[in-house]
Amino acid sequence: MATAVMTTLDPKSRSAARGMSDLTIRNLFIIPTIVFLIVFNIFPLIYSLGYSFTDFRASSPAAANFVGLQNYRELLNDPFIWSNFAITAKYVIVSVVGQVIVGFGVALLLNRDIPLKGLLTTLLLLPMMLSMAVVGLFWKLLYDPSFGIINYTLGLGSFEWLSNPDMALYAVAITDIWMWSPFVMLLSLAGLSAVPKHLYEAAAIDRAGSFYTFFRITLPLVAPILMIAIIFRTMEAFKTFDLAYILTSQPTTEVISIRLYKMAFQEWQTGRSCALAYIVLIMILAITNIYVKYLNKVKER
Amino acid sequence: MTQIELRGVQKFFGAVQVIKDLNLKIDDNEFIVLLGQSGCGKTTTLRAIAGLETIDGGDVLIDGKPVQHLKAADRDIAMVFQSFSLYPHMSVYENIAFPLRATRKSTAEIDGEVRSVAKVLQITDLLGKKPSALSGGDMQRVAMGRALVRRPKAMLMDEPIGALDAKLREEMRAEIKRLHIKQGSTTIYVTHDQIEAMSLADRIVIMHEGVLQQVGSPSEVYTRPANLFVAQFVGSPVMNVANAAVTMNGSGARVAVDGAAEGFLFPAELVGQLDAANVGQDRLALGIRPEGVMVSREAADGYLPVEAHIIEPLGSYDIVDLKVGTQMLRARTRSGFVGKPGAQVFAKLDPAQAHFFDTTSGKSLGVRL
Repeated sequence: MATAVMTTLDPKSRSAARGMSDLTIRNLFIIPTIVFLIVFNIFPLIYSLGYSFTDFRASSPAAANFVGLQNYRELLNDPFIWSNFAITAKYVIVSVVGQVIVGFGVALLLNRDIPLKGLLTTLLLLPMMLSMAVVGLFWKLLYDPSFGIINYTLGLGSFEWLSNPDMALYAVAITDIWMWSPFVMLLSLAGLSAVPKHLYEAAAIDRAGSFYTFFRITLPLVAPILMIAIIFRTMEAFKTFDLAYILTSQPTTEVISIRLYKMAFQEWQTGRSCALAYIVLIMILAITNIYVKYLNKVKER
Repeated sequence: MTQIELRGVQKFFGAVQVIKDLNLKIDDNEFIVLLGQSGCGKTTTLRAIAGLETIDGGDVLIDGKPVQHLKAADRDIAMVFQSFSLYPHMSVYENIAFPLRATRKSTAEIDGEVRSVAKVLQITDLLGKKPSALSGGDMQRVAMGRALVRRPKAMLMDEPIGALDAKLREEMRAEIKRLHIKQGSTTIYVTHDQIEAMSLADRIVIMHEGVLQQVGSPSEVYTRPANLFVAQFVGSPVMNVANAAVTMNGSGARVAVDGAAEGFLFPAELVGQLDAANVGQDRLALGIRPEGVMVSREAADGYLPVEAHIIEPLGSYDIVDLKVGTQMLRARTRSGFVGKPGAQVFAKLDPAQAHFFDTTSGKSLGVRL
């Protein structure tokens, strides 16, 4: 690959007929994208790393003072921050496990010859395409203790979902499961339909029962793609903000990104919040790395 | 100790009938080959016996018990697939152990069985490998091992060596035969390759468009084909078939192929046997295999002068196209027997190897000379 050199176009090629050379494409599309990424992503990333070592407050004109690792030290010693992380971990586990069970289950149901399969799949994908804020507002109405349809259909009377501190986090997780199970379903469906049919026939001839076939044939062969779905969903759930923020404001639902938001834009502790953001980033990287290691192991088989 | 019987089996795919009233009885330890072109229903028949395909009529009996309503798992039959169908995420050992583990056997028992099967198939050194690391022949051996390890009631094989190259195919053919003799289980083998069928089978079952054409030992099928389809499907090079006219001439009968001025000499009994078959002259076809056409370089009694057209040297013998009337008769000769195309040679038909068919029904008239 090191020898790949940009050259001028062969005048007879299709790209030439379209009037675009590699150079044109680079100047027109790739350079602006890179510039955009640097200005809006890379630069703030590096700049905020610098802030994380200061006591800078965006709300005050005072100059930033270098404080070394003080922000990190204080944050990591703050029991409230750790309780935020604990809430986040609980939320990630509940919502990702829920999404995998529901999504993979629905995918198993869809992975057979049923009428209107295409239409059904498309309809099931709809929640995923809605905006987070809209979903949050909808579900706030659905959860409403006095006129919400959930209590009405389940016959729960005036059960408090969102204002009940013990229930609120689960209510947010249920909404997240509703919204993102289709994503797991879609990837699982792709994985399931890639399992060759003749393997199931061979297993049937080999007298394997349906459970044995599922755990020894289906699951191992779908595992790599299921892992990818889990990686994506874990990352997303870890940094979840909108749903929890819109649905409820219980202290029991204060996941780490809400804490971060409050610290940065309500308390204006810009330097400290930058440090917290970096802690979160490192944690997500660490978790995904574990997954990716496992994924590579699964793929080797 | 397994007999398999098919009674009036019918199978439809939509409006297409792929198996038409199939009756077949397979004895214990027999090696049966289902032979036919692709799409003739042979694989569907095999899958119906295995339980991978439902049937729309008739009975499938294993050891006298109807099994058509049982699932594949409950029929205790092993199958080797054309695509091998090895489990890609498992090692060779795990693949072979799969049928035993699925039925919850003890680990020690499984280990013993797997290793003894691996030894028989000479794949002991491959046990730790993944299927993706194996050659075609080894994959085939593993697939056979997975089938054999269970000591099933019967073995079904769906073109198991069709995906291998020619040399390996020959090798595996011999190995399958060796295994069958050694292990001795009722085996049904599907193929479209008549050489495979001839070399492996105790009995060959020839199918065409879902209809059973003939069942018989390889030599029966070869020397006494029941109809034109079997006659032309079995044997390579293909049997010569030509419309023929039979006349009585003094002491013997004369059989003239289409457009030929003079007929080949046949014994006089031919006329009587044809009369008994009661087939009109316009519906009569002569079939003769290339080795039944005798060629001479000099004129001799009973030989007719013919012109050699194309010569195909095949090493151990030549195939020579002889122009007789408007027809071409292919003859099998010693290598280099006919010098060059266009040469004048003399030909005679061996009456013992001649077959006569009714062109309308395709059926053999059963003439024996």
